Amino acid sequence: MQASLRSLTRARASFAPAWRMSQTAQHVSAMRFRAVHTKRYTVEHELVNFDDATGVGIVSITDHAQSVLGDVVYVELPAVGTSFQQGDQIGAVESVKAASDIYAPVSGTVEEINEQLADQPGLLNKSAESQGWLCKIRLSDPSEMDKLMTEEDYKKSYEE
Amino acid sequence: MKTGLYDFHIAHQAKMVPFAGYSMPLSYGNVGQIVSHNHVRHSVGIFDVGHMVQSNFRGKTATEFLEWLTPSSLASLKPYSSTLSVLLNEQGGIIDDTIVTKHAPDAFYVVTNAGRRDEDLAWFKQKLEEWNVSDNGKAGPVEHEILDNWGLVALQGPEAASYLQSLTSFDLTKLTFGTSAFVPIEGFNLHVARGGYTGEDGFEISIPPSQTVEVTKLLCKPPVQLIGLGARDSLRLEAGMCLYGSDLDETTTPVEAGLSWVIGKERKENGGFIGAEEVLRQLKEGPARRRVGLVIEGAPARHGAIIFSSSGTEQIGTVTSGIPSPTLGKNIAMGYIKTGWHKKGTEVQVEVRKQLRKAVLTPMPFSKPNYWRG
Repeated sequence: MQASLRSLTRARASFAPAWRMSQTAQHVSAMRFRAVHTKRYTVEHELVNFDDATGVGIVSITDHAQSVLGDVVYVELPAVGTSFQQGDQIGAVESVKAASDIYAPVSGTVEEINEQLADQPGLLNKSAESQGWLCKIRLSDPSEMDKLMTEEDYKKSYEE
Repeated sequence: MKTGLYDFHIAHQAKMVPFAGYSMPLSYGNVGQIVSHNHVRHSVGIFDVGHMVQSNFRGKTATEFLEWLTPSSLASLKPYSSTLSVLLNEQGGIIDDTIVTKHAPDAFYVVTNAGRRDEDLAWFKQKLEEWNVSDNGKAGPVEHEILDNWGLVALQGPEAASYLQSLTSFDLTKLTFGTSAFVPIEGFNLHVARGGYTGEDGFEISIPPSQTVEVTKLLCKPPVQLIGLGARDSLRLEAGMCLYGSDLDETTTPVEAGLSWVIGKERKENGGFIGAEEVLRQLKEGPARRRVGLVIEGAPARHGAIIFSSSGTEQIGTVTSGIPSPTLGKNIAMGYIKTGWHKKGTEVQVEVRKQLRKAVLTPMPFSKPNYWRG
C-alpha cells in the first residue's frame, strides 16, 4: 500500500518475530477446530478470506487502508487466469491523493475479479472488506496463509 | 513547526501531516478530498497557508533590487497590484516561485514557499548584502523584514466574495484579480490580495500573529468549509498551477516552465536580472523542453512517470504532477516534454506500473478559471 502506510510498516519491522510466534500457536488451534473460513492480513494492508473447502481466497484491502487512502477513484486489477507469487504486484488502488500498489498476499491464480469496481471504485470506501473485494485467488500453496497476520496482530501493527 | 492555527486545526479534527517543515492539515474530520475539492469549486473554502514566508522589502531602491532578483517589470506595476514571479539563479534556474505585491516603489510585499524557506532567505540575505554595498544600493539601501508567525489564510471559491463582503464595508467589486488593499474586516484592518492557488475567485488575507485565530474564526462560518492540503493540490493542478519541488526546481527555467509571461516585455529585451543570459537565449532560440498538460487514459500518472512517443520507442519526457481530476473525471497531469512533441493534441504514451497508457497533450488550465476582473 501507499508510501505513508509503508513507512509505518517499516518502523514496525522489529515487531515481526513476535507476531510470527503467536501466529504459529494460533494456527495450531485453528487446525484442531477445522475453521472453514480463515481471514489473514499482510503488513501492506491486504486481507485474504480463505475458504479451505474450495481452496479459493478473496483478496481485499483493509478498512483501515481505505480510510487512510481517502476517496478511491480507480482500481486496477489483474487479468483472470494470471498466476503470481506471494508479494508480486497485482494491481493498484488510486485515490485523488495517491496511488497504492496491491501485492499478492498469497501465491496462486486469479479466478475472478470484482467487475463492479470498474464503475464503482467508491465501493472500496463504503465496504472495503466485503462488497469492495478485489479478486478471488486459487491458492497454489495454502500453507502461505500461516505466514500472514491475524486480525489482532494486524491491528497492533498500525495502532502502536 | 506550527502555524498560528495549529490548535484551531486540531480542534476541528484535522488530520495533520508533515509538509515543508510544518505540521499542516491534510483534511478535516471525515470530509473526503473530493467533497472538499468540489466545495471550493461550487461554494467557498478556507485554507491555512500561514506556513508560507511573508516578507516586506523596503527602501529607496527596492524596485531596482527586486528587478535584479526577478525578471518581472516591477517599475511599471501599479501600486497595490501583484504579479506571479520567479527568483532565478545565475543559470536562469528557478530558486522559487513567488507572488510580488507592490505597495509603492519603495515598498513590496513578497510571499514565497515554505518548502524553500532556507534557500530563499539565504539568497535574499546574500543578494541584499551585495546590493547595499554596490553603487545602486548606496543610493538608498533596501531592508528585508520577515513577517514571522504572521497568519495567512486563503478564502477561495465562487462564494468567497459574497461571504467576505458581508464582513466589510469595503466595496470588493473594486478589488479585481491581482490587486490588493487594506480592508477593514469586523474591526481588523487586514491586507487582502485578490487571487489564490485554486483557479477560483478568492482572497489571500494576511493577519498579524495575535489576531490570526480570531480572524480565521470570523472567516470560517457556513457556507465556508475548512480545506486541507489534499484538495489544495488537486485544485491547483486543475488550474494548471505549478507546485515548487514537483513541477519546478533549480534546473528548470521559466521559459521551459511555460512562465515566460511573468517576464516583463522590456526585460525580455534588456535583461538586467540574475539569470538573464540563459533566459534570453532560450526566449530567442526556444527551450529544449517545455511544461505541458496531459490527459491520460486508464490509470492516473503521478510524479516521475515517463512519457514516451506514440510508438512507445522514444523517451520524450516526464510527468511532474498527476491526479484523477475530481472536476473533469479524467486523469490529468503536467510534465516536461521535448520540444517538437509539445503541441496540443499530440498523442503520446505514459508508463504507469510498467504499462504504456495513451495520453493526449491538453492545454492548461484543465478547468476554466473563474477570476473577478471587474
